[in-house]
Amino acid sequence: MSKMNVKMTVNGKEIESLSEPRTLLIHFLREDHKLKGPHIGCDTGHCGACTVDLDGKSVKSCMTFVGQANGANVTTIEGIANPDGTLHVLQEAFKEHHGLQCGFCTPGMITRAYRLLQENPSPTEKEIRYGISGNLCRCTGYQNIVKAISMAAQTLNTQEAAE
Amino acid sequence: MNEQTPISREERIKNLKGIGSARKRVEDARFTQGAGNYVDDINLPGMLFGDFVRSSHSHARIISIDKEAALAVPGVIAILTAEDLKPLNLHYMPTLAGDVQAVLADEKVLFQNQEIAFVIAEDRYIAADAVELVEVEYEELPPITDAFKAMDDDAPVLREDIQDKMEGAHGPRKHKNHIFLWEQGDKEGSEKALADADVVVEELITYQRVHPCPLETCGCVASMDKINGKLTLYGTFQAPHAVRTVASLITNIAEHNIRVVSPDIGGGFGNKVGVYPGYICATVASIVTGVPVKWVEDRIENLTSTAFARDYHMTGKIAATKEGKITGLWCHVLADHGAFDACADPTKFPAGFFNIVTGSYDIPVAYVGVDGVYTNKAPGGVAYRCSFRVTEAAYLIERMIEILAQKLNMDPVELRLKNFIKKEQFPYQSALGWEYDSGDYHTAMEKGMAAVDYPALRAEQAEKRAAFDRGETRTLMGIGTAFFTEIVGAGPVKNCDILGLGMFDSCEIRIHPTGSAIARLGTISQGQGHATTFAQIVATEIGIPAEDITLEEGDTDTAPYGLGTYGSRSTPVAGAATAMAGRKIRAKAQMIAAYLLEVHEGDLEWDVDRFQIKGNPEAHKTMKEIAFASYNQAIPGLEPGLEAVSYYDPPNMTYPYGAYFCVLDIDVDTGVVDVRRFYALDDCGTRINPMIIEGQVHGGLTEALAIAMGQEITYDEMGNVKGGSLMDFYLPTAVETPVWETDETVVPSPHHPIGAKGVGESPNVGGVPAFSNAVNDAFAHKGLTHTQMPHDHWRVWKTAEKLGLSG
Ligand code: FES
Ligand code: FES
Repeated sequence: MSKMNVKMTVNGKEIESLSEPRTLLIHFLREDHKLKGPHIGCDTGHCGACTVDLDGKSVKSCMTFVGQANGANVTTIEGIANPDGTLHVLQEAFKEHHGLQCGFCTPGMITRAYRLLQENPSPTEKEIRYGISGNLCRCTGYQNIVKAISMAAQTLNTQEAAE
Repeated sequence: MNEQTPISREERIKNLKGIGSARKRVEDARFTQGAGNYVDDINLPGMLFGDFVRSSHSHARIISIDKEAALAVPGVIAILTAEDLKPLNLHYMPTLAGDVQAVLADEKVLFQNQEIAFVIAEDRYIAADAVELVEVEYEELPPITDAFKAMDDDAPVLREDIQDKMEGAHGPRKHKNHIFLWEQGDKEGSEKALADADVVVEELITYQRVHPCPLETCGCVASMDKINGKLTLYGTFQAPHAVRTVASLITNIAEHNIRVVSPDIGGGFGNKVGVYPGYICATVASIVTGVPVKWVEDRIENLTSTAFARDYHMTGKIAATKEGKITGLWCHVLADHGAFDACADPTKFPAGFFNIVTGSYDIPVAYVGVDGVYTNKAPGGVAYRCSFRVTEAAYLIERMIEILAQKLNMDPVELRLKNFIKKEQFPYQSALGWEYDSGDYHTAMEKGMAAVDYPALRAEQAEKRAAFDRGETRTLMGIGTAFFTEIVGAGPVKNCDILGLGMFDSCEIRIHPTGSAIARLGTISQGQGHATTFAQIVATEIGIPAEDITLEEGDTDTAPYGLGTYGSRSTPVAGAATAMAGRKIRAKAQMIAAYLLEVHEGDLEWDVDRFQIKGNPEAHKTMKEIAFASYNQAIPGLEPGLEAVSYYDPPNMTYPYGAYFCVLDIDVDTGVVDVRRFYALDDCGTRINPMIIEGQVHGGLTEALAIAMGQEITYDEMGNVKGGSLMDFYLPTAVETPVWETDETVVPSPHHPIGAKGVGESPNVGGVPAFSNAVNDAFAHKGLTHTQMPHDHWRVWKTAEKLGLSG
């Protein structure tokens, strides 16, 4: 199959490669660029394990062709940590509040929460539950995930106020 | 070299982060950064990708398979069919249940999406293209999709491969589609109890076919190194050692030349216990091509071909006095096993531990008969987050208790309290042959009732019902209780084995000279946090902080042999092995300390992290000091080093239990169910890490919610599978999932070295009946005795409509 030249910024780095236009973004990231953080839980758009941030929106990368992401700015779980290498407040909060078990949903979940808190910096519990309803978790029953996101929101707001 | 500034005993205990500490998980650093290593993350040089051609029919003869067009696709390396596997005798593989299963369909397909051919290609896209181009010609045969028709006189014979073998793995087969009849208890006695009883209730209760559906599907990477003759198999295996042994038996590769590695596993819940055709095909493909081959199923393949659970049609009869004392229990199960009996049960238990069906009640006489049958559905019958068939048993007895209470016009909680096994009866011998180790059911139930204010709930319900009848509201309130007893920790080698392998487990601990340690186990975590909790057991046993202990599992080249993680067996069995290995270390440490302190061993006592001279705690040696001495001093009569291994054969199972309460409101016009409160009290014995226990309970309850309220894999009359993708198969999101309240009592297991019983599966076992009882309870006053799961909106609305309630 003929290939197209694909360029995008992933976690702040310009990448470029020749890909079949039908290549899904998730495979492009995982296989061509060794970003194994986003996972494949269903490849039908239901589970959110493949969630990445694309031009400021949470996107299911199993539902996106590389062609659609051409020129985009993409952030995956690998790019969420702070520039100095310390963990993002959300990553810390998931650890602190037992927001994960098998860890398979976690990259997608944190990536989604990262965007959610930019869309709504002080979400209520209900808003968090709606906000992550595109991401399934089979292990935790969500309670500690919701708690982690809510605590992270508080920490981020306090940090911001202090700045 | 005792420490300079002595710290308090409490401080020393705290520093260990041992048993009872809500220690944070060591696994989380890598998972939160996307640095986990799951099977699909493994990429070996030159690796090829395998994908299956699957059957579009549920029952058909294969007339021909045309691979030509597919082989012409650039990048396609080979396509395997049953014909290629036959010379290797690998077209069938043994199942864990004593049956055989077709690896690639041999002349006939028996369920939709059955594996027919395995395409090996350079990447997954090319493989998928080629799969589309393989032409299979079928001659359709009539399918059996209704288990009740499987043994009809004129039923088509499904398993022609074994049609002359009327003696199955579990005794005689009474029909060509029959697998086994398993009977336990006293049939005549139970029938007499029913005949003599004041009150008898009977109900057919179906536990629908569901699927464990972990977020990560099953997969493997097989890598045959032709130069040194070694096969490495990476995969989503809940029992890596068992996989190695099975792989050796069926491939004839010597066991020492096989290394099985379970990397990080994205949830298992029973789905990853079995051996699947993909593993065999990837292995053969790697042997044939000489390069690594990956196979990872997609979600639809997962839901439709690997490891369903339940599918039990259970008829229960309970006999009781008019005062509500249960005098006998009789049950029969028609078990739909699909096309091959691929249940993952200990060999002697073809229906698992279904004979725990007497539950938490002192029932003098009981009988269980289970008939397993073949149908044109996917094979399996795994324990989906439960010990073998325990959730089915708990569902049956907990529904029957409610039905009996309704008949007696008695509160179901009162009926339970009246029939509970009493504290002083433990160890309790059940009518169906189990010895319950410990419990205090009355205390647990009463604590739960007080926590939810049970009488107030019933009063509120009575008011709401009156308001409904007056036409003031369109919602009905349901209160569901479940009091379950599980049986976990399989199990004693004298009666538990899988494929002849005794169900012990193991742990090896090695202390390093500077006083840190590594522990290796025969189990494998799939999210349960073993690296965190097992280190806590070691910490408490040997006095080295959990932070200084590395825990390793899942690599058969390094881990001691064990039967893996499922059926809540890790804590009861491997946890015990861990404690015992720790105690062996401590015994040797005591000898070393005695030498160093120049006293007799008997003069020493263990205290948190050290041996001290009795009556003179100032004179002591810490485990750290002892560890160093074991490596640098020649101690007469003792070998250098400090390590131990323990293989633990549990003397009995453990019997966790719990009291669950569910409160919900049903809109009779839409069937929408709002779970307003869920309270779960668990007694899992000694609690190793309360944070992790609570997480396990949250997760298990959410799976129970999914099963009770929506999950089902159904088939139409042609055997087409419905509900085979996440579009149809219900996985609750954060929105439908209620807030969980957890609570506990602690009655340790008397025979377990640290008293722990295991918890991961209790919430599923207890949660399903609590939800289902609540839905049934909402309608009970309108004359409903039982409505089948799952209680999705449509079914609930149907129930309301049938009772003349919906608008
Ligand atoms: S893998 Fe993309 S939504 Fe499930
Ligand atoms: S932690 Fe396992 S799926 Fe969420």
